[in-house]
Amino acid sequence: MEQKTSLGVLGGRYVPTILVAVSVLVLWEGIITIGNIQQFLLPKPSVIFGELWYEITLFFGSGSRSALFDAAGATLWEALGGIVLGCGGGFLVALVTARWTIVNEAVMPLAIAANSVPIIAFAPIMNNWFGITNPFSKMAIVAIIVFFPMMINTVRGLTLVDPLQLELMYSYGAKPFKILFALRLPNALPYIFSALRVASSLSVIGAVVAEFFGGPRATLGVFITQEASGFNFSRAWAAIIVASVIGISLYLLVLFAERRLMSWHSSLREKG
Amino acid sequence: MSETAKSIVISAKNLYKTYQSSQSEPVIALQDVNLDVYAGEFISLIGPSGCGKSTLLRLIADLTKASSGELLVNGKTPYEARLRREYGMAFQSATLYEWRNVSQNVQLPLEVMGYPKKQRIQRAQEMLDLVELGAFGNHYPWQLSGGMQQRVAIARALAFEPSLLLMDEPFGALDEFTRERMNMELLRIWERTGITVIFVTHSISEAVFLSSRVVVMSPRPGRITKVVENNVPYPRVFETRETPAFFERVTEVRELLRDAHEA
Repeated sequence: MEQKTSLGVLGGRYVPTILVAVSVLVLWEGIITIGNIQQFLLPKPSVIFGELWYEITLFFGSGSRSALFDAAGATLWEALGGIVLGCGGGFLVALVTARWTIVNEAVMPLAIAANSVPIIAFAPIMNNWFGITNPFSKMAIVAIIVFFPMMINTVRGLTLVDPLQLELMYSYGAKPFKILFALRLPNALPYIFSALRVASSLSVIGAVVAEFFGGPRATLGVFITQEASGFNFSRAWAAIIVASVIGISLYLLVLFAERRLMSWHSSLREKG
Repeated sequence: MSETAKSIVISAKNLYKTYQSSQSEPVIALQDVNLDVYAGEFISLIGPSGCGKSTLLRLIADLTKASSGELLVNGKTPYEARLRREYGMAFQSATLYEWRNVSQNVQLPLEVMGYPKKQRIQRAQEMLDLVELGAFGNHYPWQLSGGMQQRVAIARALAFEPSLLLMDEPFGALDEFTRERMNMELLRIWERTGITVIFVTHSISEAVFLSSRVVVMSPRPGRITKVVENNVPYPRVFETRETPAFFERVTEVRELLRDAHEA
């Protein structure tokens, strides 16, 4: 009963969003049809989704392969690998950084500066280091991009602890490890999830743009550049949609995990 | 009164605490504090802000170090007493961990001290029963009112059965009505457990209602003006606040505070 009402409320909340999205698509289709706009400038949504549907039938059909979804799989792999390496590394470095004040003071300004560097510009260098067709060259870019937000946020979460909560632990004569696991890490959880949310969207952007600098044929970035240069713009658009869906799915996945693990947090409580 | 027969829980001799600041003169937070607290007493520290009442409590809790003088807690240095978990502490805010439910919050000190899980759960339930929140173990802190949260904090402070309870304005953020109910509840717990309580407050009526002795303090430099013996008989009940004896003690403390302020 309760489940049903909350689902109903949830569905109701998204009705305006869905209406706006559908209206935009209808308007897009209408303007191109009425204004007689050339397909290579902007294909109709119906054509793009037709292209997408064709690839879906190839993907699920026996004996056929979908070039688009092969590319999507490769890019997803790069993005996921980059997230694991970059976020994992950022988290571990943050643990060390937060533990020693001296390291913290020395490293944090550098990390914050590095976070503002356009990391994507290193893509050609990574191609040179790891090989242009090696997925690790793209993973490395994604990893570096997501490393700094994760590290900076985790350090903040571990160090910005309510002094009274720390004194409480101190009054129990708690060891540093106990304070880390019982207080600092739970305190850092909201910060870590906010970094993961940033990482989930940055990872796909990083992977696709890194692929623009060259990569194996079966990656979304290369797929988009090749189809665009062959004037198959509806196929390029279909690939962009797939890249968006991957980015949004990763984001929703993080959001879902966040709701499961942090139901106690003020931002996620049911509004009373 | 056979106080000499009772054991001394806290003994402060010529205690000083100064805060060095780079810009100005060092601030004397506590000057020549001498105080003995006996087992089972309920002591209130009262005075305007800057009188050093919280500093004195934090010295006892080993959350800050004295500049000079001697301070013993159960015959040991505050550092040793802290490591031997001889006191429980409650702050002005309940300081519950929001990611733990009420029972898990009460279990926190037991967890740090390595109690087995079964005993932890049982002990937490006993403590929650004591503060009359037995049915709220599975609730999260945000689901409780301010007064209920503070009761959880008291349950947590008592969970490992310390002999000493240190409280830093624990009811300061509560409304008058809730505060009076909490005072009654605290006295009930105190009488049942026989624990020694050091209670920091700036409410005169709260100090007189609760304590066996009221330590009146004054600022700049922070020092003890007078220790008021409170002969209002226990058990103290709701009507106690309307008795002449209560009124007399309140007046005495109020005048001491005023004199200290004008001096």
